[in-house]
Amino acid sequence: MTPALAIILGVILVSACVGFIAGRRVPMNLENWTVGGRKFGVVIMWLLMAGEVYTTFTFLGASGWAYAKGAPTFYILIYGTLAYTLSFFILPEIWKIGKRLGLHTQPDFFAHVFESRALGVLVAIIGILSILPYLQLQLAGLGMIVEIASDGAVSSTTAILLAFLLTSAFVLTSGLRGSAWVAVIKDILMLAAVGIVGFGIPRIHFGGIGRMFQALIEKAPGHLVFPGSAPSMGVGWVMSTVLLTGMGFYMWPQLFGTAFSAKSDRVIRRNAIIMPLYQIPIVLIFFVGFTAFLVLPGLANGDLSFLTLVRKTYPSWFVGIVGAAGAVTAMVPASVLVLSAAALLAKNVYRAGFRPQAEDAEVMRVSRVMVLVVSTTALIFALAFPSALVNLLLIGYDGVAQFFPGVVLGLFWKRVTRKGVTAGLLVGIATAAFLVFGKHDPFFGLNAGFVALGLNALIAVVVSLLSRPSPRKAPA
Amino acid sequence: MRKGLKNALVCASIPVLALVPALPFVNRIKPVILGLPFVLFWILLWVALTPVFLLLADRALRKDDAGKDEGR
Repeated sequence: MTPALAIILGVILVSACVGFIAGRRVPMNLENWTVGGRKFGVVIMWLLMAGEVYTTFTFLGASGWAYAKGAPTFYILIYGTLAYTLSFFILPEIWKIGKRLGLHTQPDFFAHVFESRALGVLVAIIGILSILPYLQLQLAGLGMIVEIASDGAVSSTTAILLAFLLTSAFVLTSGLRGSAWVAVIKDILMLAAVGIVGFGIPRIHFGGIGRMFQALIEKAPGHLVFPGSAPSMGVGWVMSTVLLTGMGFYMWPQLFGTAFSAKSDRVIRRNAIIMPLYQIPIVLIFFVGFTAFLVLPGLANGDLSFLTLVRKTYPSWFVGIVGAAGAVTAMVPASVLVLSAAALLAKNVYRAGFRPQAEDAEVMRVSRVMVLVVSTTALIFALAFPSALVNLLLIGYDGVAQFFPGVVLGLFWKRVTRKGVTAGLLVGIATAAFLVFGKHDPFFGLNAGFVALGLNALIAVVVSLLSRPSPRKAPA
Repeated sequence: MRKGLKNALVCASIPVLALVPALPFVNRIKPVILGLPFVLFWILLWVALTPVFLLLADRALRKDDAGKDEGR
């Protein structure tokens, strides 16, 4: 066994153990399982949110975009910051309603605020369809990271199976608390790996970050300003994309749901204040992608540039640490995604759609079964049809972002009606699907999801004004 | 709208203005600052400043809450 392999396997096992232990002393009811008993303070909340936000995309995608597209990758820094700024105002209000009405999931929010079970089911289904490809992406990323970092000693398939079995197991036993504790390991490893590699690689290859950029400016100055090396990603695309993804960010069911786990609205607000700082290390990942652009030109898959360059630069044991960090970086978001999808299926599709009389204990049992269903489905897709969900993934962000008008109007506008929100949501999803699948994205230089979002908001407002005010629980 | 909320919204929107509508005007390499192309430096600067503005927004909001308590 090589040192790299030993480190990767060791970290995966230790993480899973921490995940198991995290839930041991707590009775696992629906409240504890889905929202950690609403007891998370600032520190654990930050670790969990940070743990969810930095996914394998951060490792592979941010550097891959820096490598293949150049400046458009900067959008990642901006949209996160916009999302946290929005969350500063919106999330505490969502938390308050959640606390008052005992909500666990995002469809709960829609179903209660607009007093419409059907709308809750619709939101749940859109949420699940958006989560599945995202989950598959985490799995595929994990497989790729472990296979490359272990120099092929562990195949992608083995890595995916092992890591995912362990992840589902700790989701079953510990719920959200398990994810939060594994996130601690993940955040430490990730930050250490990114810190060392991000400063180290430009230094080793060029003698420093400034010199690396100097070389890049001489070789390909266009790569460093929008649209970089991606002609369709001009500054209009960047602006509309950061707006869409910034608004869509906390509309992901798993991130929306994390808001309910906070101890108080203060915790959420403080969290929103510090989260932008966590964006800064992403710059280090860009540096690696840019260095790879100079020293490893012509890679077929830019997403591999990070790991390929790390392997070329560092000894095997250190590659193992980076690989391990990458693996846990997939496991934490994957665990929360599985948990959210399972809760959505059990609570908002099974109970809301078919068995309204089901008690919480029954929903909890069904949730656990759903963990297995969701995990297995994602596994099958990841292993057998790796490209089948790509189309869904294209539209995942555009899809969840369509919840934004409903949430904001539901919180802050008394006149909004369920008809308005439902109509807006359906039109938004249909528009996004039409533009993306019809290859009209970008649409006149704007992100297609953003166009759909605008239409969605407009329809929601107009239909609300035209329809009779519906009874609904106004925010206190 | 409560005064604190209004002030908070103003504070929070400053970095947003710098990071979205200002982009076309900062989309350039020169001047290189701290070794970074200007557009990257600009974005990074405002990301790092966002917590400061959100902290100010938070203080504004808490002034509202304090006022409410006195009124009771």
